[in-house]
Amino acid sequence: MDMKVAKKKLGLKEKYRTMTRDLGWEPSYHSKEALFPYVGYEGIKIHDWDKWEDPFRLTMDAYWKYQAEKERKFYAIIDAHAQNNGHLNLTDARYLSALKIFLQAISPAEYAAHRGFARVGREFPGVGPQVACQMQAIDEIRHAQTQIHAMSNYNRYYNGFHAFADQRDRIWYTSVARSFFDDSMSAGPFEFMIAIGFSFEYVLTNLLFVPFMSGAAYNGDMATVTFGFSAQSDEARHMTLGLEVIKFILEQDPDNLPIVQAWIDKWFWRGFRVLGLVSTMMDYMLPKRVMSWREAWEIYGVENGGALFKDLARYGIKPPKDWDAAAKSIDHMSHQFMLGLYQWSFGTAFHAWIPSDDDMRWLSAKYPDSFDTYYRPRWEHIKKMAAAGTPFKNYGLAKLCQTCQLPCVFTEPDDPTLTCHRETVYKEHKYHFCSDGCQHVFENEPEKYIQAWLPMPQLFQDPVNGDLGEWMKWVSLLDGKDNGDYASSEDKQNFEAWRGLATTNQ
Amino acid sequence: MSTVFIALQANEETRPIIEAIEIDNPAAVVNRQPAMVKIDAEGSLVIRKATIEELLGRSFDLQELHINLITLTGHVEEDDDSLTLSWNS
Repeated sequence: MDMKVAKKKLGLKEKYRTMTRDLGWEPSYHSKEALFPYVGYEGIKIHDWDKWEDPFRLTMDAYWKYQAEKERKFYAIIDAHAQNNGHLNLTDARYLSALKIFLQAISPAEYAAHRGFARVGREFPGVGPQVACQMQAIDEIRHAQTQIHAMSNYNRYYNGFHAFADQRDRIWYTSVARSFFDDSMSAGPFEFMIAIGFSFEYVLTNLLFVPFMSGAAYNGDMATVTFGFSAQSDEARHMTLGLEVIKFILEQDPDNLPIVQAWIDKWFWRGFRVLGLVSTMMDYMLPKRVMSWREAWEIYGVENGGALFKDLARYGIKPPKDWDAAAKSIDHMSHQFMLGLYQWSFGTAFHAWIPSDDDMRWLSAKYPDSFDTYYRPRWEHIKKMAAAGTPFKNYGLAKLCQTCQLPCVFTEPDDPTLTCHRETVYKEHKYHFCSDGCQHVFENEPEKYIQAWLPMPQLFQDPVNGDLGEWMKWVSLLDGKDNGDYASSEDKQNFEAWRGLATTNQ
Repeated sequence: MSTVFIALQANEETRPIIEAIEIDNPAAVVNRQPAMVKIDAEGSLVIRKATIEELLGRSFDLQELHINLITLTGHVEEDDDSLTLSWNS
């Protein structure tokens, strides 16, 4: 008689081999080239896909188990937030501007990342990267959905949350994040992995998510802390994948090094420009600050990025070409950016404001080498203009950088009193750039970037034809509600009235 | 030597994990911030299943770490008994 023997549980490495590597097969009636047609044209040489390692050795069964648990935790807290008037626990409603930018620009980027990873998971011939990319594709769509769901609670009470999908496609500042992801998704599979998996996830994502979620915790936004940490728990796996990708490519063939280095140079600068929006959030938009953009850069840029590139030096990898230009801009970018957002606040689906005296004291302390010299005098002047009843508004259209699509508001790396502006003439047209980094990216692939959709030229085309009111309709911006100075906004009035009701018996 | 770090959500599930990390990495620096704990260590940091189980009083699968993980740096080396973060230089 057969005895029933309890099966020994598989060890981690054995389980990974059985449930990942053994899922692959050799094609018999199609050639590998026909099955994976996009894997060769970028010039990357891979000799042995089995050398790919997933350090976490996460298999699909474990993945579903842990993701389900994350979802249960997420919805328990989101329900509690909605049931307990969680929106009234915010420090104040200025905080919501940071959330609106996140919803309009970053959540759609999560969805774009989902599409990108689903695609490259199909295009890579190796089983290891196929499974890892599939997990990340599912993670990214989960992030988009949980973020939209969490922030929908704010849409019930506040302006500027109602049309994020239209704004993702049409409003000017969201095209920065959108063009970044469109650029990566229209590249080859290896470039996509270096762009998103390595440069964005590994080198830069900590600068976005960790301060943002801590900012939410400091400012009483339980909904965002929750979606943030739920998404961030996947992020460590994405970062590890990004690091694995670069090691794998570099170990496969020495010819891969110059191609990878050029991608790191390009995507570091592209990512750094996208994150400029985060600098304004950290330095200006959080009523209760976590740390300054400079401090976050020291921890996650200088210290951590430094350790990473020191480690990768054994492969011949150098720090990104524009690393020094980035470092020089740290003391200036949030201030230059916020001055831009304030003067164009008629055209943003979130509020801007003049920093209070307290805010300015904090900025002086955090930016001793730049704030009092260059930026306080401008804010003081703007404050005087607002007090005189003639608030400073710039109805001129911003000149946009052809590569990053930000307005050219930044200064020369070595002279904060001189606006940085570069031009390239290509096929008889003149193109403008905010920096050397963006100009170099364009000049390496001009045929790609001359096709970029830019929001300012769109203003003069159908259906807008240069009419500001028509433009507002077209981007679903409600004038007088979604835009303008926070000081005179409905959001401010409502938040204060509702909080008053919640804390008194009137 | 470069610094590696791991950040975990601050909650009941991670309390014994953080204690275990402190026991196994006496030189590590624990930074407690709102809603999260970030642990820095010079060169490398190890998380041991056995130490966590001892403090938790139940068996623990190291992959449960994924639920409360926020971020980490360095090369990851994981097997059934431990997870190690390290830089090569």
